[in-house]
Amino acid sequence: MAWVNAIIQGVLTGGLYALFACGLSLMFGVMKVVNLAHGDLAVVAGYIAIGVITVTHVPVLWSFVIVVPIMAVLGYALQRTLIQSSLDRGVLTTLIVTFGLSVVIENGLLEFFTANSRGIGANLALVTGAFTIGSQISIAYLLLLIFAVAVAVLLGLQYFLSRSKYGRLIRAVADDKEAAQLAGADYRHVFGVAAAVAFATVALGGIAFGMYSNLDPTTGTDTILLFAFAAVVIGGLGSLWGTLLGGVVLGVAQQIGAQINISDELLAGYIVFLLVLVLRPQGLISRGVQS
Amino acid sequence: MSLATETTARPAGNFRVTRSQRNVAWTGAVALIVVAVFAFFPYIVYSGTTAILVQAFIVLTLASMWNLLAGYAGLVSVGQQAFVGLGAYFVLILALHGFSPFAALPVAAIVCGVAALPMWWLVSRLRSGYFAIATWVLAATIMLIIEKFTSIGGGSGMPLPGFTGMDPTLLTAYTYWAGLAVTVLALTGVYLLLRGRIGLVLTAVRDDEVAARSSGSRVGLARLLVFVVAGVGCGAAGGVLAISQLQVQPSADFSVQWTAEMAFATIIGGLGTIEGPIIGTAVYMVLQQTLASYNAWYLIVLGLVAILVALFARRGLWGLIDERLNIRLFPVGYWLRTGDTANRRARDARNG
Repeated sequence: MAWVNAIIQGVLTGGLYALFACGLSLMFGVMKVVNLAHGDLAVVAGYIAIGVITVTHVPVLWSFVIVVPIMAVLGYALQRTLIQSSLDRGVLTTLIVTFGLSVVIENGLLEFFTANSRGIGANLALVTGAFTIGSQISIAYLLLLIFAVAVAVLLGLQYFLSRSKYGRLIRAVADDKEAAQLAGADYRHVFGVAAAVAFATVALGGIAFGMYSNLDPTTGTDTILLFAFAAVVIGGLGSLWGTLLGGVVLGVAQQIGAQINISDELLAGYIVFLLVLVLRPQGLISRGVQS
Repeated sequence: MSLATETTARPAGNFRVTRSQRNVAWTGAVALIVVAVFAFFPYIVYSGTTAILVQAFIVLTLASMWNLLAGYAGLVSVGQQAFVGLGAYFVLILALHGFSPFAALPVAAIVCGVAALPMWWLVSRLRSGYFAIATWVLAATIMLIIEKFTSIGGGSGMPLPGFTGMDPTLLTAYTYWAGLAVTVLALTGVYLLLRGRIGLVLTAVRDDEVAARSSGSRVGLARLLVFVVAGVGCGAAGGVLAISQLQVQPSADFSVQWTAEMAFATIIGGLGTIEGPIIGTAVYMVLQQTLASYNAWYLIVLGLVAILVALFARRGLWGLIDERLNIRLFPVGYWLRTGDTANRRARDARNG
């Protein structure tokens, strides 16, 4: 039963990893930007949530109503300034600028908020509560909620990109921005909107991780960025449902690793990632998109 | 005059291809003098100064390697800390088996180069941004594996053996010379590599990868070679790090901060020039020493400067110097000199 429990926990944490990953995937899919500051921005969102909760006393769960718009605006602003001007100069500059941003954010958080880790709503019934099935399986309400949010976000993104008018515009710009520009679309603005959507998911990921575990300045790269990336690669580049599958595979691998030896949790996840890279570099679900 | 005579009238011997506009022998002589002066330092300065210089040697070696990767081969690796850590640990393992850490240093560097082969096989499947994060994941994985071996200190690291009974003054001097030797070898290695065939292939790829591939350049092989050389260089720097710290520690030696430092030093100095990392390391050391009492602020300032340089002065500080003075300390390109080049250059100088 312990193994069944490990798999169930793995599947549920996979939802969290998919939530980390979909912003990374979206920014790469539309702008061809690999945002190395992705995880640090999620930590920033978590810290903003902590600040908002302390100052305004909004219920912890509703903090996202304030944080998500803030991050979306930040995403639009960053895309229109820093990221767009580095994109204009080439892939190399984009990587250097986002890596620089990552280091600046991480060390800035370290200077202003110390290395102490902090959680969001640690004493909330929802965060600590769980229900049990049988004697061995215990499912936390929070993880179930995060998984549901992740699926809802992926469904929403899928619908937005494939059905809505603006989604079609984003896909057109992603395919060929010059042609879309000629047809009257302002691609820089469309990129900004896509970044805003990506940053909104980043905000959800940061808050979710703050509630599930603890945030500290290094969480952004050590955990969020690397897990998000592993989920994207395992699932297959450019596929939203692949991202969910990738997150789930990563989560299950980690939990099974932890079951074998508690200190092997991270290693097991990365080994599965490397195995996928060797055996199926296009990812488990692939639409044949190579990058 | 017909077209044929116009094109053939110029005698073939009227132009020649040179490496440099000035006599390279002078640069070589100056380089030798600089190295000799640096080698003499342990006799004339305090050990505090040599300790700072060892740190500079480590950063300069790392930056030269990162420059080779990102500036010439287009490989943005965020996982070079893997080699820093492996270099440090290979020195430790050899020292535990009774070797002198100084004798272990070159062996550790070469083993790092060998370790780069399977790592290349894994990460070369991905391009640009995904390559960057894949190298990062690989570095994290290697650290987790190293931490599993309690015989080499597990997660908390261990002191480096092999120095018992050694005079501290002599140890400081040897450490300094080891750092200097690694740096000189790294710079010479990069220079020779770029002057040779690999340098030509890499330049061709940088200008137009498709054209380079279709004209038969072995692009993959050139990139593999650069990755291995960078592994050797970063491994050697990691070995020097272990010797200068007298201990190894996984989270410090495998920290992504190493890649941040080498990348920022390279970008600020000038990506894609051999001189760039030297200038960048100087800037890095000045910032680091001035802001030493303000914890991580030097990294924040360094990161901001690197972002600004990447956006607004893409060729870095060396690019700004080169634009004005038009000099190359390490000529790796070619100049085409025709009979009237000198006259035209003089005229350009007057007009511009």
